[in-house]
Amino acid sequence: MDHFPTNWGRPRNDAFDAYGTYPIAQRPYNGPVTDSFSEGVQHTQQPIVTGTSVLAIKYKDGVMMAADNLASYGSLARFKDIQRLHPVGNNTVIGAGGDMSDFQYIQAMLDELMIDEFTEQDGHSLGPSEIHEYLSHVMYSRRSKMNPLWNSLIVGGFKDGKRFLSYVDLLGTTYSASTLATGYGSYIAQPLLRKAVEGNEDILTEDEAVRILEQSMKVLFYRDARSLNKYQIAKITADGVVVSESRSAETHWSFAEGIRGYGAQTQ
Amino acid sequence: MTSIGTGYDLSASTYSPDGRIFQVEYANKAVENSGTAIGLRVKGGIVLAVEKLVHSKLLIPEANRRIQTLDRHLGLATAGLLADGRQLANRARDESSNFRDSFRSPAPVKYIADRLGSYVQVYTLYSSVRPFGISTIIGGVDQDGPSLFVIEPSGVFFGYHGAAVGKGRQLAKTELEKLKLSDLSMREAVMEAARIIYLVHDDSKEKAFELEMSWIGDETKGLHVPVPKDLLAEAEQKAKAALEDFE
Repeated sequence: MDHFPTNWGRPRNDAFDAYGTYPIAQRPYNGPVTDSFSEGVQHTQQPIVTGTSVLAIKYKDGVMMAADNLASYGSLARFKDIQRLHPVGNNTVIGAGGDMSDFQYIQAMLDELMIDEFTEQDGHSLGPSEIHEYLSHVMYSRRSKMNPLWNSLIVGGFKDGKRFLSYVDLLGTTYSASTLATGYGSYIAQPLLRKAVEGNEDILTEDEAVRILEQSMKVLFYRDARSLNKYQIAKITADGVVVSESRSAETHWSFAEGIRGYGAQTQ
Repeated sequence: MTSIGTGYDLSASTYSPDGRIFQVEYANKAVENSGTAIGLRVKGGIVLAVEKLVHSKLLIPEANRRIQTLDRHLGLATAGLLADGRQLANRARDESSNFRDSFRSPAPVKYIADRLGSYVQVYTLYSSVRPFGISTIIGGVDQDGPSLFVIEPSGVFFGYHGAAVGKGRQLAKTELEKLKLSDLSMREAVMEAARIIYLVHDDSKEKAFELEMSWIGDETKGLHVPVPKDLLAEAEQKAKAALEDFE
């Protein structure tokens, strides 16, 4: 709708204004949008530098998560010292698979969000459930603009005596469970985690939880060609967030010699 | 004041013949009517303290805070018009956030002081606006350690070891000068700050006041947070005791 009455039904008329002397105001353009730059606007169509699986489980004291240190460039193992478990505030950790630049963007976005909350100085802080809710809205709104943040994220946390573990991905899909895994891990590790954890969430000790994740990360390293035998484990408990130093699992490859296409071939 | 009625004080965009801008000087008067605010730069951190005059018993305690948080590592205390302080703090938060966006690191205190100084100065240039009626103490801890700045209504800013603005600034400054600021610990600084605020408060003229204190530094992991309740209570108690010895 053109809200300027001087524009209504009055194209310039030679019959009474032959020389165009009547002041024609700068008019709003109401026709179809012609953005000459629209060709130049690009949306993410595929991830470039990617991280693989993130694993997370609930246990007696809180939530434990694991992710390796690899950021791949296609099938090339490009960066081997990337931290994919990111603490947000004192009660939350976010683990990310998918595009690492989008993940870095999310980190910066959440940092600003946490500062905005901090400066209020009202005695409240965002916990894992609020952060997950916020992320799910961001992810869904970006996919609705046909420009998704290409990640699958796991949000784990512990606040006010409650464990929190939820998932959100590039489509804005969310779900929660006592074990979660993204990417390849959702095929390979998730069944292992379920078998070990479901029903035992309130019994598993910290050591047992670490062992379950170590075992799953090892299996993933054997099976997932985009994974690395160098990973970190984060725990979120009533005492806050601890992200471990990088560690590796002991693996044995002697069997590989017998695999056709891997070892020295006799025929 | 001799300037009254001369017509040179009607706009911040007009000089008087002897080169003064009266509107800016009036803004300083607004600061002088306000409760004192002080800042101490000591070993390992910054302590801010404010004598918040409580003009009504009906007010909720701790309402209308005059110390505000700008970022994790930045705090600000104002003396003057409370609402002007809020406006400036909001601007400071934007500046700090923009710096983070551009450089992916926390803003240096000096940078924020510089930006806010320029912002305040712009309000001395136009007849359509009025200068800020506040003096602002900005404290923070950045890469180079703790630093403390004061921004005046004219837009000038200076760095300080110890700063005082508002009604009791003269007495507060002499007290600050007696301290060996660079040797004080943050906890000692909290005690001294409380003592100074209690000392400069004029019981005979003013009504009740609330002591408001915050700190940034080693004790707070570099975060700008209010001084914990128990420490504040201890500082107030010591301040009152010191005041009785003084009299």
